[in-house]
Amino acid sequence: MWKARPEENNTMNTNAQQPAVNPVAATATTPNLNVPKDSKTQAYTDRADVGHIGKSVVIRGELTGNEDLYLDGEIEGNIDLRDHKLVIGPNGKIKATITARDIVLHGRVEGNIAAAERVELKKSCSLVGDVSTQRIVIEDGAFFKGAIDIKENPNRETRVEPKKSVSSGSGVSVSQPQAYSASSS
Amino acid sequence: MSSPNYSFMRWLRPADAPTAKPTLVGKPTSRASRRSMGLGEFLHNLTPGTDKKLCVLDLGPTSPANINFLTDREMRVFNEDIIRAVKQPEYQTKAEDGSLQLDLDKFFAENLEYAENQFDAILCWDAPDYLPESLVKPLVGRIHTMLKPGGVLLAFFHTQDTGPESPHYRYDITQPDTLQMESRSSSRMERIFNNRHIENLFKDFASKRLFLGRDNLREVIVVR
Repeated sequence: MWKARPEENNTMNTNAQQPAVNPVAATATTPNLNVPKDSKTQAYTDRADVGHIGKSVVIRGELTGNEDLYLDGEIEGNIDLRDHKLVIGPNGKIKATITARDIVLHGRVEGNIAAAERVELKKSCSLVGDVSTQRIVIEDGAFFKGAIDIKENPNRETRVEPKKSVSSGSGVSVSQPQAYSASSS
Repeated sequence: MSSPNYSFMRWLRPADAPTAKPTLVGKPTSRASRRSMGLGEFLHNLTPGTDKKLCVLDLGPTSPANINFLTDREMRVFNEDIIRAVKQPEYQTKAEDGSLQLDLDKFFAENLEYAENQFDAILCWDAPDYLPESLVKPLVGRIHTMLKPGGVLLAFFHTQDTGPESPHYRYDITQPDTLQMESRSSSRMERIFNNRHIENLFKDFASKRLFLGRDNLREVIVVR
């Protein structure tokens, strides 16, 4: 009959006593952000250089920063990230004037937003306020009430064309989730 | 178009077997294209100024295609989904007989709050057919105030009631004379306007042109 050697036994016991993964490290690297199942957004929020504000956080006042920010809580006031990217998560409820380089909205925003480069309105978002940006991408299903002002960018010559819908060939076409973008030429 | 696999498999099927075409998975969104004389005329009236961007108000559901189309032409686009706004419960009040009525003062305090003569053009689509009776005339009055003199309005009026289950469409501009109609939700039309009603509705405006489409949709171009 097979018998375990003492050193093997020790190794097994040691392994049994230690957890497979360090729980502190696991918590730190995989926070429960409740972000949509969008791989790009998930990858973005997992980055170490992106600040996170969770869905239980409520802030009233002015929020400024010099790093990219993922914001899933409630904010009332002003948000100013100037040269950085702001992502409003699906649980985000914002009543604020927002200034950033890029702004991506999944949640609800009431207030004017100004992006130096690009604004993305995802299909789950609701925006009541004016938008000022160089480029805007709007997914089908997004709700928007306000004005859109596309600022001119003399350095940029490329523009993204809207995705084409798939035609069934019978005059009625079946649309896939679409995103249209507008940019200054 | 059928897939290559489907085309190949049908040769292997017995002659008496029922034909089964592949079906779409999930809830399809119906879309249909239509030519629009009114839209062509509407855009023809929009001549860009020398220094200031043209301001256009879209009263339909948020349409990425329309925003894309108009901003591409260097216009400033305003969007306000008026039918969605009307359905909000906070604007409904109970009348003496218990029926729900639209609180016009509250509605106009929170919607269509724009300065006089702000817009060069307004896209109304077929919203008047779906709005409560009490709102139609005040809305046209508000549009008259918001439009600049010479400003243009595009509105659609159905000539037939298509029933309670008929889809309410969002109109997406795909080309200067072509619209893509995308069904959004079932909605009952409140009434049918005839030509005389339309003439009366826009009597304060300078000119009106009507185009009747083959799909029972009357397109109206109104200039303030």
